[in-house]
Amino acid sequence: MTVLIKNGRVIDPANNLDATKDVMIVKGKIEAIDPPGKINIDEKGKTSVIDAKGCVVCPGFIDMHVHFREPGFEYKETIESGCQSAAAGGFTSVAVMPNTKPVNDTRSVTELMLSQAKAKGIVRVYAIAAITQGLAGECLSEMGDLKDAGAIAFSDDGRPVMNNELMRRAFEYSKMFKVPLIQHSEMLDLTEDGCMNEGAVSTELGLKGMPVEAEDIMVYRDIALLEKTGGRLHVAHISSGNSVDLVRQAKAQGLPVTCEVAPHHFILTDEAVRGYDTNTKMSPPLRTAKDVKRIKEGLKDGTIDIIATDHAPHDLTDKQCEYQNACFGIVGLETALPLTLKLVDENIFSLSDAIKKLTSAPADIFNLDSGNFSIGKQADVVIFDPDYEYEIDVSKFHSKSKNSPFNGWKVKGKVLHTLVGGKVVYSAVEH
Amino acid sequence: MFKLRSILGTNGLKKDEIVTILDTADTFKEISTRPIKKVPTLRGRTIINLFFEPSTRTRTSFEIAGKRLSADVINISGSTSSTVKGENLIDTAQNLEAMNPDILVIRHSQSGAAEMISRCIQCPVINAGDGFHEHPTQALLDLQTIRETKGSLEGLKVAIVGDIAHSRVVRSNIYAMKAMGMEVRLVGPPTMIPVEIQKLGVSVDYYLEKAIQDVDVIMMLRIQTERQNRYLLSSLREYSNLFCLTSKILEKAKDDVLIIHPGPVNRGVEIALDVMESERSLILNQVTNGVAVRMALMYLLLGGSDDSVN
Repeated sequence: MTVLIKNGRVIDPANNLDATKDVMIVKGKIEAIDPPGKINIDEKGKTSVIDAKGCVVCPGFIDMHVHFREPGFEYKETIESGCQSAAAGGFTSVAVMPNTKPVNDTRSVTELMLSQAKAKGIVRVYAIAAITQGLAGECLSEMGDLKDAGAIAFSDDGRPVMNNELMRRAFEYSKMFKVPLIQHSEMLDLTEDGCMNEGAVSTELGLKGMPVEAEDIMVYRDIALLEKTGGRLHVAHISSGNSVDLVRQAKAQGLPVTCEVAPHHFILTDEAVRGYDTNTKMSPPLRTAKDVKRIKEGLKDGTIDIIATDHAPHDLTDKQCEYQNACFGIVGLETALPLTLKLVDENIFSLSDAIKKLTSAPADIFNLDSGNFSIGKQADVVIFDPDYEYEIDVSKFHSKSKNSPFNGWKVKGKVLHTLVGGKVVYSAVEH
Repeated sequence: MFKLRSILGTNGLKKDEIVTILDTADTFKEISTRPIKKVPTLRGRTIINLFFEPSTRTRTSFEIAGKRLSADVINISGSTSSTVKGENLIDTAQNLEAMNPDILVIRHSQSGAAEMISRCIQCPVINAGDGFHEHPTQALLDLQTIRETKGSLEGLKVAIVGDIAHSRVVRSNIYAMKAMGMEVRLVGPPTMIPVEIQKLGVSVDYYLEKAIQDVDVIMMLRIQTERQNRYLLSSLREYSNLFCLTSKILEKAKDDVLIIHPGPVNRGVEIALDVMESERSLILNQVTNGVAVRMALMYLLLGGSDDSVN
């Protein structure tokens, strides 16, 4: 089976490519990338041809931060529905967080997740296993066994590792296995009962705030530990301007620190919480316009390495309630592209840089064999129309959950086809 | 013509709307002094009081207000509602609405609860206090109490003293008082002053004696021991040393200063007994006016116009 993607604007940041090309895929791998018309189809009929004129053709997106809720909370999302949502958003690889039930802190859970994903065969799924057993923050998980089962990184996401000694040992221990630790940075004793950013808006709404310093203190603690322990730190969903500075300084010192940002943290501010829409409740919370500005600076100068959605599906029953009682998190896979393209329109970064933060940059950090179009690589491809305008409609999401604050937003940029290993796993119905 | 469908807060209320409510309340106040304290104005109307938090004053006040207007008043408290069986608040509200009440009064421990309910049902909602957010009827009765003593509100200076962070009364009073052209100063320990509250157009002071010297009204707040985070205070004793309104401190205040308190009072903690009982204290007038203000709101929400009260 061969696929020819014709006339697209091929952007492959890892290979510094941004030009109109034809892409030939044979047996699931990138066979050739050549100027339009140069590739001849030998056996007519056996090659499926996709005309990508006016569209961008690039490596499939990689999301290193999703919650697929299986096992345990299948009413919110399953690995299958999560993968469908990923494919619809242009993602060909995702890494699932371990806060399932049971927690992914043992080989059998990792194996279950990976085998479920393989059986569905939609997008590539990587497992991030727990740093501590049961996410309880008391005892290290069996990182060696988990890595052997397929875990590519470790995180207690949703919960931070609060204990300083334990975090120190986690860094040290993880060095043996050369795996990054992903921290959800939040000093819990500063955010107890909090449900939004602490500031003028929380004061006005009478909601308990989560001060931005709760994030900064833990980012700093981890950087301070790392200097001594070695190991690798990846800061999840950075939302604070000061934390961006901390990461910038750490990088300047040559420390092995990377970080990610979720689209909602560069698009929305805590002003969105007015009206108590529970789809504006996430952790870390939406911050102030000042933080957003500094996040954008971090994206621009490369301090923020990658964009990850923190796709956190929740059923209506978990969101249709009092603000304080609502679950944290929003779905993100199917809105990531248009929201990221907004920053391209704002000239925060080029289209190629945006794609890099969704493809080769995460692949490099997490040592994945994808994210570029080098000849012979697995053909994970997304084809999107960057100019297609439409209104976000959560009812059309492929995710089981519809908890998005972006419903009804007019946006630009639509995924038309997603291919994993040369196989089309998603095609837009209308265009 | 009164256009509001619900009273969720004082944030956004315009001066003329507040004046309409206060004028109407003034007119209704007389009814409560009659031997037969009942007018047929809301006969055949149904008002449901849905209270998820303990309350003596506010719940009774709403009930009496409804009954003096001849409405049928039903009281539901948190412990007797289906929420103890796990029912969602929205489902509770929609079920109550299915019985066709004319007004739903709600008191809830969570900020935004009244607003959320008002989005899910058609029936007018009166917020009787939601979390730390708003308590609009309290602010309105405070204004009515001040106005009937001082004559007008414009230009008056008010000091609000106590746990500002955890007070819905403060927020509602700030909006209402600012709308009426008053000046608001917040006084309390920094641990109880929420961040960036100055953005609401108020000033902040930490020293009681200094803060009350030029004000026309002092509003003392209760230290809410039941929802206190353990780090906010060293002890009630020290709080009292620093923030209790005593007659000694009052010597520094204007002679005609008024003292109000939304209640319930922690006697001797935030206010000394003799001050509480002095003639400058309007604490019980506030309670009396609460009934009139709530009668006015029920009347106005159900289509009565402010010039047809009599």
